[in-house]
Amino acid sequence: MISSDTWTLLAESFWKILLPGLKMTIPLTVLSFGLALVISILVALIQFANVPVLKQISRFYIWIIRGTPLLVQLYVVFFGLPSVGVMIEAFPAAVLVLGINEGAYCAETMRSALEAVPSGQMEAGYCCGLNYVQIMRHVVLPQAFRTAVPPLFNSLISMVKNTSLAANITVVEMFMATQRIVGRTYRAMPLYLEVAFIYLIFSTVLTWLQRYFEKRLNAYGGLR
Amino acid sequence: MAMLEIKGIRKTFGDLEVLKDISFRVEKGDVISVLGPSGSGKTTLLRCMNFLETADEGTIIFDGEEFKLNGISKADQARIRRKTGFVFQNYNLFLNKTALENVTLGLTAGRKIPKEQAEKKGLAMLERVGMLDRATYYPNQLSGGQQQRVAIARALAADPEIIYFDEPTSALDPELIGEVLNVMRDLANEGMTMVVVTHEMGFARNVSSRVVLMENGVIVEENSAKEFFENPKEERTKEFLRLKKEERE
Repeated sequence: MISSDTWTLLAESFWKILLPGLKMTIPLTVLSFGLALVISILVALIQFANVPVLKQISRFYIWIIRGTPLLVQLYVVFFGLPSVGVMIEAFPAAVLVLGINEGAYCAETMRSALEAVPSGQMEAGYCCGLNYVQIMRHVVLPQAFRTAVPPLFNSLISMVKNTSLAANITVVEMFMATQRIVGRTYRAMPLYLEVAFIYLIFSTVLTWLQRYFEKRLNAYGGLR
Repeated sequence: MAMLEIKGIRKTFGDLEVLKDISFRVEKGDVISVLGPSGSGKTTLLRCMNFLETADEGTIIFDGEEFKLNGISKADQARIRRKTGFVFQNYNLFLNKTALENVTLGLTAGRKIPKEQAEKKGLAMLERVGMLDRATYYPNQLSGGQQQRVAIARALAADPEIIYFDEPTSALDPELIGEVLNVMRDLANEGMTMVVVTHEMGFARNVSSRVVLMENGVIVEENSAKEFFENPKEERTKEFLRLKKEERE
């Protein structure tokens, strides 16, 4: 059974782990995912609208980012770029890399969601006298977002956990805070389980949020 | 002067020549039924006339302005489309909009008409097709016939000079066809100019003023509805009518 000093350790360390979670992990996730969403919508729209040159650049971006490890990308930006004179602080570097990385995956999610909107919707829009931008804004994008919500939440949840990699570039988020306590106490098992539990709570809240969003978007009776 | 005239439309998909030099004209108040077996090019013709497909050759004269079908600018396309309505076989209502929003979107977003004014118009159009009590319903809460009536209201909202119908009842269950045809008949009686691609022989005979029979990308016969059914000129028309009659029996 769990001894009383383990309980004391867990109780004492809980806030010390949760606090960096609230101050670092969550802002890191929110900012990075915001950046990823902006990138993904742009990249998906470029491909959907078949814009020459920009489309090739988009494919190249997705190819590079999805083809290389996130950890390596973090190292290149934080440890590599200074050697060519580009210094970025740890936190903004983490936001940048996490955002650009997840943006590539979300872009494919958004592209497939856009392509899943029936072509008749576009034609009907033209026949009503709307132009391309108006059709995208009022008809196609809202429907695509509905389709994209579940996979986007997938990405968001995996991003919460990916923020732990930022510990490698000196961002003191939840995981690094835990490592430090382990370093002092040598109690790896309970402490790493504790931080895992806190990640689980964060992910669970997001899962609820996803359900709420889907319900709201289903107000129009579900698209199909 | 004809309100709408098309001259020399050609369209190929790969090796398949779907439209071979088609010309015809529409006068104000005409209700033209375009008949023909599947694959004869009827739908493609209609889609070329509203620029949903780009014809390889041919011109369109609309209200006295002439345009090349394969060279018309986006702006001119939009301008002509604002004077036309289009009703699709599969309704194509905006799935994320209510019935009323479907009718008003072209007015509010497309023409920048104030929302209040657009809604007033939208409700009037829904009433015209007997769908006022479903104004707040989303498309997937409506039957096929109801969706098609909303689609007709949407086409009417822009006060079009002409409405194109692309097999408006072909996707409907037999018991729902009547409600849509009734709305179309009312429109015809009110003097709306319509081009209707259809398989509904009753509509072609009793409602339309003229009938065009197409086969293999050409017009076989163009005639007044009465003459077409009672005294057809072409052998092929007689055969087509005989086959249709057998189908019904």
